[in-house]
Amino acid sequence: MKIVACIKRVPTTEAQVKVSADQKGLDTAGLSWMTSFYDELAVEEAIRSKEKHGGDVTVLTLGPSEASKDVREFLARGADAGVILKDDQWHARDARATAKILCARIQKAGAELVFLGKLATDRDNGAVGPMIATMLGWACVTDVVALELNGTQGSAKRETEQGIETVAFALPAVITCQKGLNEPRRANLKGIMAVKAKAIPEESFEDVPNQQQVQKVEPPPARKAGRIVGEGAAAVQALVDALRNEAGVI
Amino acid sequence: MRPFQQLDYIRLDDQFSEDERMVLDTVRSWVTERYLPLAMEHFEAGTFPMQLVPELAELGVFGPTTPAEYGGAGLNNVAAGLIYQELERGDSGLRSFVSVQGGLVMYPIYSFGSEAQKRRWLPLLASGKAIGCFGLTEPDFGSNPAGMLTTAKKDAKGWVLNGRKMWITNGTVSDVAVVWARAEGQIRGFLVPKGTPGFSAPEQKHKFSLRASVTSELVLEDVHLPEDAILPGSGGLKSPLACLTQARYGIAWGALGAAHACFDEALSYSKARVVFDKPLAGFQLPQKKLADMATQITLGQLMALHLGRLKDQDKLTPAMVSMGKRNNVMLALETARVCRDMLGANGISLEYQTGRHMCNLESVVTYEGTHDIHTLAIGHELTGMPAYR
Repeated sequence: MKIVACIKRVPTTEAQVKVSADQKGLDTAGLSWMTSFYDELAVEEAIRSKEKHGGDVTVLTLGPSEASKDVREFLARGADAGVILKDDQWHARDARATAKILCARIQKAGAELVFLGKLATDRDNGAVGPMIATMLGWACVTDVVALELNGTQGSAKRETEQGIETVAFALPAVITCQKGLNEPRRANLKGIMAVKAKAIPEESFEDVPNQQQVQKVEPPPARKAGRIVGEGAAAVQALVDALRNEAGVI
Repeated sequence: MRPFQQLDYIRLDDQFSEDERMVLDTVRSWVTERYLPLAMEHFEAGTFPMQLVPELAELGVFGPTTPAEYGGAGLNNVAAGLIYQELERGDSGLRSFVSVQGGLVMYPIYSFGSEAQKRRWLPLLASGKAIGCFGLTEPDFGSNPAGMLTTAKKDAKGWVLNGRKMWITNGTVSDVAVVWARAEGQIRGFLVPKGTPGFSAPEQKHKFSLRASVTSELVLEDVHLPEDAILPGSGGLKSPLACLTQARYGIAWGALGAAHACFDEALSYSKARVVFDKPLAGFQLPQKKLADMATQITLGQLMALHLGRLKDQDKLTPAMVSMGKRNNVMLALETARVCRDMLGANGISLEYQTGRHMCNLESVVTYEGTHDIHTLAIGHELTGMPAYR
């Protein structure tokens, strides 16, 4: 079975992000980058699926040349191949353009199963996975926390706000991965050495213009200063009043 | 725990290859997730977390530059240096455990051992199925190992060893000891397996430094060893000193890890801690301390990186390693002391890492050639005049 896991390079979680001068995106100077957390789950599940059911895993990313480090990391963990659709503006692409570009490459790979994170931790859209499934006309199961495959059939548990939903589906399918699905493995040093010289091709693609235009990016409003209602036991009533009548939380 | 943010003031990260950065990230995340949550507890208890040995082996940090055919990872020396840096960011005891296994046990077996010794021990040591230690220092001979009293005498069946070694990292938990002894007028290396009659390794207790590391005495009383226990390629003091050059190279990197941990902790503390209505970091005295430390750490990083590139080109000399070990350990110790001070009363609590690193570095500045002995090694190199005695 051909499996594709899609990853996105995003600013590290501890990065202090700044809005760019044109207010249309982020100032990327000096940012450090990592693979989006949920995409790590996606690659891990792809590798586990391969280990259980056979096949091979290709890690696919739309991103800059520097993404080769992220892709190589997954080769060291057990993925078989990596492809970079070279794009220095990957972070400014809308979900539709990203999905269309990835979709073309997934079709070319002849994949039957595609894994992505439930969202990328930079823009939090959560749209690319379902869009790819729609474009391909495949089953789409989002927010997956458990997955079983059996031949051309699969069943998955989805985490929703109301509870856990168990669904059955037929391959080909797109799966988006939620925290709890697995614990990603760590590469070891021998694994890193084994893939040190492995070629990670950079490919070009047919450009897809953004449909959605970002008008303005603003940092969240600064939090209002707190208020000390009093000290010690005497302040309890005032605190309860404030929580009940001002904040409305109790 | 707040994520560690390594100081990289002059973008040295760009100088590492992709695989070197992967090695760094891999070991860094292991130390953060697996080691650091246990560090305080083991330091207090005076124990090494032995349960982590299989994970360290799986990671591949034992003998990282040993060729793959003997079970090593076959990394270059810069990647190996980054491993030591990250391990010592955890604790000097952790780095010591790994340095001894690789630089002081696997290295002499690989360099001076017979093919049979290499085939027997290196895969076991690389996979953590065997632990090793290195016995050179004696109670009365530290800086002057040439004076050692431990002897190996030939008899009809092989060798008989007698003597005592001291301050031996991992001695008590080792399956094999590389013991250096005077044999027929020359210092030679011997492989002494655990359980050999007459050989014992009691633990040295009551340390205030390297508490999360096992330190031992090695006692050898009429220890009979077969003929093939000798490392055939060893001969003279230059053999153990070659091992120490390996380990000292690792220390030049490792000490930076401890310095980074302290600096990161003090920087973040001083930005968060409010005194006289503003953060500590906003005052001039803390800023001077931070600026001085950041500069020293950055210079130390440059030295370590350059030494690593030279080592990969086979151009590194022991005198260069002396400078790296001496400079980087002292800068780390001074960084730890200043950071301890900047943390105020919290600096004496093991809830913070800095005090632990500060205590550990008192060992690191002393072992593997004291600061003063390395001063004399550099002096010797510069003047051609040995001033050791």
